[in-house]
Amino acid sequence: MSKISSFRVNLLSKNGLKSKVLFKNIKNNRLSKFIKPSSRVISRQRRQFDNFMKVLIFLSFIIVSIPLVSIIYIVVANGLTQITPYFLTHTMKGVMGGFSPFGGILHALVGTILITLGAMVISIPIGILTAIYLVEYAKGNKLSSIVNTLVDIMSGVPSIVAGLFAYSLFALFFGPTAVFGISGSLALSVLMIPTIIRSTQEMLNLVPNQLREASYGLGVSKFRTIIKVVLPTAFSGIVTGVLLSIARVIGETAPLLLTAGSIDSLNLNLFSGRMMSLPVYIYNEYSQGLAVCTNNIFGADCLSDIRMQRAWSAALVLFIFIIILNLVGTTIKKRILKKRGK
Amino acid sequence: MGQRIDVEHLDVFYGKFMAVENVSMTINPNQVTAFIGPSGCGKSTFLRTINRMHEMTDKATVKGSILLEGRNLYSSEIDPVQVRREVGMVFQRPNPFPTMSIRQNVLAGIKLNNKSLTKAQADEIVETSLKGANLFNEVKDRLDSAAIGMSGGQQQRLCIARAIAMKPSVLLMDEPCSALDPISTLAVEDLIYELSSNYTIVIVTHNMQQASRVSQRTAFFNISDVGKPGRLIEMDQTTKIFSNPSNQQTENYISGKFG
Ligand SMILES: Nc1ncnc2c1ncn2[C@@H]1O[C@H](COP(=O)(O)OP(=O)(O)OP(=O)(O)O)[C@@H](O)[C@H]1O
Ligand SMILES: [Mg+2]
Repeated sequence: MSKISSFRVNLLSKNGLKSKVLFKNIKNNRLSKFIKPSSRVISRQRRQFDNFMKVLIFLSFIIVSIPLVSIIYIVVANGLTQITPYFLTHTMKGVMGGFSPFGGILHALVGTILITLGAMVISIPIGILTAIYLVEYAKGNKLSSIVNTLVDIMSGVPSIVAGLFAYSLFALFFGPTAVFGISGSLALSVLMIPTIIRSTQEMLNLVPNQLREASYGLGVSKFRTIIKVVLPTAFSGIVTGVLLSIARVIGETAPLLLTAGSIDSLNLNLFSGRMMSLPVYIYNEYSQGLAVCTNNIFGADCLSDIRMQRAWSAALVLFIFIIILNLVGTTIKKRILKKRGK
Repeated sequence: MGQRIDVEHLDVFYGKFMAVENVSMTINPNQVTAFIGPSGCGKSTFLRTINRMHEMTDKATVKGSILLEGRNLYSSEIDPVQVRREVGMVFQRPNPFPTMSIRQNVLAGIKLNNKSLTKAQADEIVETSLKGANLFNEVKDRLDSAAIGMSGGQQQRLCIARAIAMKPSVLLMDEPCSALDPISTLAVEDLIYELSSNYTIVIVTHNMQQASRVSQRTAFFNISDVGKPGRLIEMDQTTKIFSNPSNQQTENYISGKFG
């Protein structure tokens, strides 16, 4: 947003003002008699073109912000209805149709956190170690170019394929009913690893070679140099990369539907039984459509669109998660870039 | 104490490219030896073979031998990491560790090698090293602040303090003043002169006044053409090199005539 507007200002000051000044000079200058009329036409044309471009750039900025603003508006407006302490601390166990008690997202919230933590445990060491290998040990050799190509391919794997992969891997050992949280973690890791590798590579490449040499020059081995000098220098950048990669996969639905499944109640064990997650919860609620409230034999409160309300509120919670991850990630990144700029 | 270095028929390669050919020389202990010569003649390359830093570059190799007090640094039972503890290095651009404080930078070589120190030992090393680098009085009140907050000249002296904290016998310096202003340069030159009573010092410089100010002996390197290896042309007392060199190429170079 700010980029686009500052660009507009630049355009204004660089071309607009200058051409105006130029214009004045020409008018005031005695030589202006000798300037061919065509050159004035050209400046007028240029000014018109400038204005046209300004309008165009402003319009594209508006067009880009429409979906963004409307997504935020819709998610917040629809999601706020159900966000209550009750909603955040209860599962869907025993909830029937559109009747009260309306249930909540505790199991999905906990599931998303556990599955993501599992994915971090799997993908962070693999991703970072691979990046270290590629940057510090195998720069330019054959194996590194093979691994690099594989990472490129891996970053293009559709998320549903990652889900199928994790599901079938666990099915191989535990049979076709193998649906657990950790399987979901594995699916998400497949999606996270390439992003972590790439961002870590980028941060390691930013560490000046002088620092490595300074360390070697003090009689420090290569391994210790990497652990004690290179990684600490690149640390915050690596953290940013990891946070952004989590933000990218935390909303994945398809692979989790296949691997961790869907369940009404809280499950704290990643290694046994189904585990709910926020995206699957949203999908589940929304796909069940309206509840029937006409045949109210219980005499309880009934909301026919309660499932949509729950879905929107869960979406808002997920959205907040992602925004926080992104904000923290980009602030760290900005701070690093600022430091390097100095 | 400084140690004597004998280089015997040393060829230095980057892959197939021979950067330095057939260098033999003796570097005296407790003296400053200056390397001069045109850009690209292999001064840095050769200097970096003396602490086996050269081989940290991709595909870089060496033929020949370098003896430190008679011990061949390139024999198979020598650990290159150990060599770099005995032969310290100061680089062209000051490169303190940005994540560490001034104090931590001085102790970096010891800490990074996982040696444990008592607080008193650490304080002692920090103080003597910083004093040795003529820096102690300037920074004694802010030892725990970041090293990158210092001036370039102070950073370079911190790098020297960091190198001498390892108690090396030889110090290699590759254009240590080229990123510094004249006053900082003077401070570093004074320091080099003082250090030479305890260390063997080798300094690469493009500044011939500097070479004549700080060094006792000077070696002149040259290349016959681009893509050809650099060679040692002449090595002698600094006063002799700058007043009455025996080789015509040296004469041309120091009098500013090329080609
Ligand atoms: N990492 C490297 N890989 C390949 N060739 C290199 C590398 N570093 C230096 N060279 C080559 O080795 C030769 C000697 O370079 P070197 O840097 O030692 O020269 P120098 O005398 O230190 O020059 P300067 O005075 O400019 O610092 C040059 O031809 C250079 O191109
Ligand atoms: Mg050089």
